[in-house]
Amino acid sequence: MALRQIAFYGKGGIGKSTTSQNTLAALAELGKKILIVGCDPKADSTRLILHAKAQNSVLSLAAEAGSIEDLELEDVLKVGYKGIKCVESGGPEPGVGCAGRGVITSINFLEENGAYDGMEYISYDVLGDVVCGGFAMPIRENKAQEIYIVMSGEMMALYAANNISRGILKYASTGGVRLGGLICNSRMTDKELELSEAMARKLNTKLIHFVPRDNIVQHAELRRMTVIEYDPECQQAEEYRQLARKIDANGGKGTIPTPITMDELEEMLMEFGLLKPEDESIVGQAKRKSVA
Amino acid sequence: MEAEAKAARRQMIADTLAEYPPKTAKKRGKHLNVYDEGNPDCGVKSNIKSVPGVMTVRGCAYAGAKGVVWGPIKDMVHISHGPVGCGQYSWGQRRNYVSGAVTGVNSWVVMQITSDFQEKDIVFGGDKKLVKVIDEIETLFPLNKGISVMSECPVGLIGDDIESVSKRKSKEIGKPIAPVRCEGFRGVSQSLGHHIANDVMRDYIIDPAANKEEPDFEPTPYDVMIIGDYNIGGDAWASRKLIEEMGLRVIGSWSGDASAAEVERGRKAKINLIHCYRSMNYICRHMEEKYGVPWMEFNFFGPTRIAKSLRAIAEHFDDKIKEGAERVIAKYTPMTDAVIAKYRPRLEGKKIMLYVGGLRPRHVSDAYVDLGMEVTATGYEFAHADDYQRTTHYIKDGTVVYDDASEFELERIAQALKPDLVGSGIKEKYGTQKLGFPFRQMHSWDYSGPYHGYDGFPIFARDMDLAINNPVWRMIKAPWKKAE
Repeated sequence: MALRQIAFYGKGGIGKSTTSQNTLAALAELGKKILIVGCDPKADSTRLILHAKAQNSVLSLAAEAGSIEDLELEDVLKVGYKGIKCVESGGPEPGVGCAGRGVITSINFLEENGAYDGMEYISYDVLGDVVCGGFAMPIRENKAQEIYIVMSGEMMALYAANNISRGILKYASTGGVRLGGLICNSRMTDKELELSEAMARKLNTKLIHFVPRDNIVQHAELRRMTVIEYDPECQQAEEYRQLARKIDANGGKGTIPTPITMDELEEMLMEFGLLKPEDESIVGQAKRKSVA
Repeated sequence: MEAEAKAARRQMIADTLAEYPPKTAKKRGKHLNVYDEGNPDCGVKSNIKSVPGVMTVRGCAYAGAKGVVWGPIKDMVHISHGPVGCGQYSWGQRRNYVSGAVTGVNSWVVMQITSDFQEKDIVFGGDKKLVKVIDEIETLFPLNKGISVMSECPVGLIGDDIESVSKRKSKEIGKPIAPVRCEGFRGVSQSLGHHIANDVMRDYIIDPAANKEEPDFEPTPYDVMIIGDYNIGGDAWASRKLIEEMGLRVIGSWSGDASAAEVERGRKAKINLIHCYRSMNYICRHMEEKYGVPWMEFNFFGPTRIAKSLRAIAEHFDDKIKEGAERVIAKYTPMTDAVIAKYRPRLEGKKIMLYVGGLRPRHVSDAYVDLGMEVTATGYEFAHADDYQRTTHYIKDGTVVYDDASEFELERIAQALKPDLVGSGIKEKYGTQKLGFPFRQMHSWDYSGPYHGYDGFPIFARDMDLAINNPVWRMIKAPWKKAE
């Protein structure tokens, strides 16, 4: 099959890495050849596949060796569960340097050194929000074809999903990037499924899967494993397999997103009762004055 | 100037602007004018962002801070902090001469020292590398009297904390280390770089040195500082000589041929004499406010202005100095008279068009007048409103004035005014010559100089004559075209 490049985005802490690794493990069960490119300075996008945090990230080794040109692909490529290849871009410690530039550097290195040869899936796992050009790299020119946004029924997750859609829209006209769909990683909030489906409609996409909450994911994580590997028989593993099959069948079916304005988003949240209508009379009123 | 001729010049500006898209024409229209005598300024806007696409010749904040203000300090090492290009491609362009020092031993002005950022320094931050560069400088050049860290764009973009590195290392090596936040993307031209450089000089050298003992320094009532002379082609030496001959003592020259000690003793002058107002007025104002040192502007281009300035300087001192000024003027006047007698017949009535940086578009004009020439148009790359006010003391009614002129505007104006000489920078030089106009570089003196002081005047006169009366300009007409 032709090379499929996908990327997982979403609000920080939403469960991107967990969802993506479980789903990719399920794809590996189907016999797909997969490369995971972790684009988070924390370098924890491949932990469940490798059973360990990747020690040698592209950027840390490049810094040690002096420059990226001194690096060999073998130094950074690790093989984990069912032959999934893993690379972590890595990056600076918090508060220094430019992690965004680091993502650009590593992706260029991987492409130039043939890391993508013979692969069927490349999956990028990108941190939090599309804060700068560097973290938009997987969306740009001929990288990921479909973006999957991991979200939940929480307000901030919806904000982030909308923001990421804006990033995709920006590059959709110049390159082939499309929104593959929303993945709801349930937080058991009110009307979560309905809200997620409504959000998907607003963004001109679909809710590709609703992943229910199950503690077994945490049990597996404590063992640095995916659910697929830890307990292949469990219901949660089946959920990830379903998601994997849907993604596999979703090739070329991505859409150009239609991000909404802040007002529209807030209106939608009010419709679902998540947000109370704003009381204009209390805006900017200090506590003491409003009591009096 | 007659109303008719002035109207023609205004029409020329209108025609030039008509070539632009309406929005650009509207913006640029505020920067071009024909001067009306009696007005308090030149009637042009200034210090505004350049219009994209017009090919401005302005520089950046880094150029102003490193290239102009800090770079000439001879016994400090100036690090171009960031990727190699900024330092490499600006290396040695200002010809700041130094004396009494050996390059690489106790002077580094003609050297280029950079932290040479690589990809990994961007990604992981460059602070560690800066520490290493400072350590290497201390090892290689132990006689340095301090270090400046000139920040290039990427350092500001990734938010490196060069201040804390400088503070720590300064304590460690016991010398001043000045972090200069002169990232090129800041401000609209090199002018902000001058200001930033002045502020850092104040905070990291002058004020910290206020309580420092200088046991060998014995103050006299005749102590002055020369400020804003960068000793291009030896200019500061020609200026210093006159001030010393009139009986004053020059305790520092900023920053041409300056040492760190001269900068540290800044506040000790009886008066600060400022040559380039645009680039160093900030520090003069500070020394006035904080240490009560008055300051005055002077102009050492051409005998008329030199004599005027010498007398104005002497006004601040006793009769001994006033006599000294007269003595100096009397001593050199026969020489300058001879220069004028020789060159004036060859230059009489010639018109010059100037376009330079922040000072020379007004300061040199009377040197041309001394030679019988006329400034027909002038303008600045990065001046502010106060510069255009000062310009009115020099220019005549009907002079064309342009601010941040584009290549296109200069070309059109030159073709319309048909000057006998154009004085501007390297970027304008070859285009202008190809249009058939004699040209002199007025930033670098076209690798000649000095032009300041009495020593400079004969060289200045000779160079202008060489350019204007070069026989080559009579040969450039295509042979198949009829003679005019």
